[in-house]
Amino acid sequence: MSAAAPSFQPNLRAQARRRRILIETGSFVLGAVILIWSLVPVYNMFLVALDPSGHNEFADAIWPSHPTLGVFADLWQADDEDIRDIWPAFGNSIYIGVMVMTFTVLVASLASFAVGRMRLAKDWTLSGVALLTYAIPASTLIIPFLRIMHIYGLRDNPWAVIAAEVTFATPYAILVLQYYAKFIPSELDDAARIDGASAVQLYLHIYLPLMAPALAAVGTYALLFAWNDYFYQYMLLMSEKHTTVAMALEQFFDDDDAPWNYMMAIAILYSLPPIAIFYGLRRFMASGLTAGGLKG
Amino acid sequence: MSIGWAALTPRKSVAFRSPRLPRWRGSLHGSDLGWAIAFIVPYAALFAAFVIYPMGYGLWMGSDPALYAALLADPRYLHAAINTVAFVGLAVNVQMALALLLSGFFARRRWWIKALLVVYILPWTLPAVPAYLSFHWMLVAYPQGLLDNLITALFGIEGPFWFNHGWLALGWDIVADIWKWMPLWTLIFLGGRMAIPQDLYDAADVDGASPYRRFAHITLPLLANLYLVSTLIATIWAFGDYAPVLFVSAGTPAFESEVVSTLGFHYALDFANPELGVAAGLSILPLLIPAVILLIQRLRAMDVQL
Repeated sequence: MSAAAPSFQPNLRAQARRRRILIETGSFVLGAVILIWSLVPVYNMFLVALDPSGHNEFADAIWPSHPTLGVFADLWQADDEDIRDIWPAFGNSIYIGVMVMTFTVLVASLASFAVGRMRLAKDWTLSGVALLTYAIPASTLIIPFLRIMHIYGLRDNPWAVIAAEVTFATPYAILVLQYYAKFIPSELDDAARIDGASAVQLYLHIYLPLMAPALAAVGTYALLFAWNDYFYQYMLLMSEKHTTVAMALEQFFDDDDAPWNYMMAIAILYSLPPIAIFYGLRRFMASGLTAGGLKG
Repeated sequence: MSIGWAALTPRKSVAFRSPRLPRWRGSLHGSDLGWAIAFIVPYAALFAAFVIYPMGYGLWMGSDPALYAALLADPRYLHAAINTVAFVGLAVNVQMALALLLSGFFARRRWWIKALLVVYILPWTLPAVPAYLSFHWMLVAYPQGLLDNLITALFGIEGPFWFNHGWLALGWDIVADIWKWMPLWTLIFLGGRMAIPQDLYDAADVDGASPYRRFAHITLPLLANLYLVSTLIATIWAFGDYAPVLFVSAGTPAFESEVVSTLGFHYALDFANPELGVAAGLSILPLLIPAVILLIQRLRAMDVQL
């Protein structure tokens, strides 16, 4: 090899090395930029939360001056009006989230089974019609919603929020389930039919078990959607006993004298379950997310 | 999909049976049709009660042409309409283009890049309200918010009052939206890249293709449909997304950074004019409907490929 092109071989190698160093250096710089970009707002939450006085944002500080976790401990016992109701609010958020998850998985799996496996209609008719839901801006729908919930007798009722959130979580869930269901060979259904299985048995014993990863993905998606949602909760719920965490945070935002360190401490606590779910179920989440995209 | 389907074979062997038996996947009859309809009823009921009825109600509320004349006569609305187009156009296209490029970076097989990806998706995993509240506090506490403090520490100058100018405030709404959602699209494009057969790149290497040509002639054409579908979905989401504007800039100063969805909100709640609020929301449908039709067409095209 060295005999074939002795004159420019070292030159080429040097060039390749220089290019490799350039790429590696560029990667590190880009990595550093991504790290700072991703973490600054998160760091700001801790900066405010860890300050005992709650006024770090007015203190010319880049580092917390007297960092303390006391704020988190105080959340358990403080008698401040803003903080007292935070644990019932967490309970309300959990209740709404679990209900939305359950009903989204149920409704979406039934609908996608009927259309995708039983061929009640062409696949795209269901997902197409369902996706139209997303074409309607939430801000347009919310004002009629207020009046309609009154007609349904669901004024200031958590079930109004659950119904609204299931409605908006289901179309995406149907889309993911339909794509995922294509990977289950239809021969399985045929074989079970020949053995005399009914539609319900097919749904329970073939569809649900084989779709478990996709169901986990859409269920998690629905849970996070409900947990993270603020809009429907804020608009459709009024009384204090129904307040969710997102609503409580918004009340801090509106109140100029609110203790911001407590607000950020609550915001951090509120963010922990979704973060844990995302990182814990990353493989499931990724399979659900890309189910629709891989064949594109 | 090479999951062991053999493990799932039915207990009785059916291989010898005639394939001409009544087919499950043919037209539905009798009890099957009944069950199929029963399975679709929950979703149909939900769709009728919480999409069609409120939408019809909204169209009825916003059916008076005088409402739209009132909107056009309101300078706040015109400003919000321009802001909406700027917000959606910039936030969506910047985050999509960057996500596509960054997915190439994150596809590199280095341990520290894998670790960085874990940190990078953090914004996407955060709930919107705390994330945007943090942006708000970082910026609003002039001149001692974290961002101003950083600028002073690094450059020795005082940062501007971020929410004193409509465009600056809207710019931060856009930045916050990109920060929050870019990781999601990066993950999706990363998944798309992983699905591209390595042989194609190997063949390109044999032909001596440059990294740019590999991107332009392999990655880009194969990801084009995914990119288009993702962009359409992000556009549709962004039109209805009130959260960055509501929580980062809160529309300051004096409605200058409002978008149509948040302005409709103010019409309905603060100005006690729900009809005008609905009309503002409906006024963006002419921009939204083409995106939705295109999306449904693309999804159908993907269906045919499958």
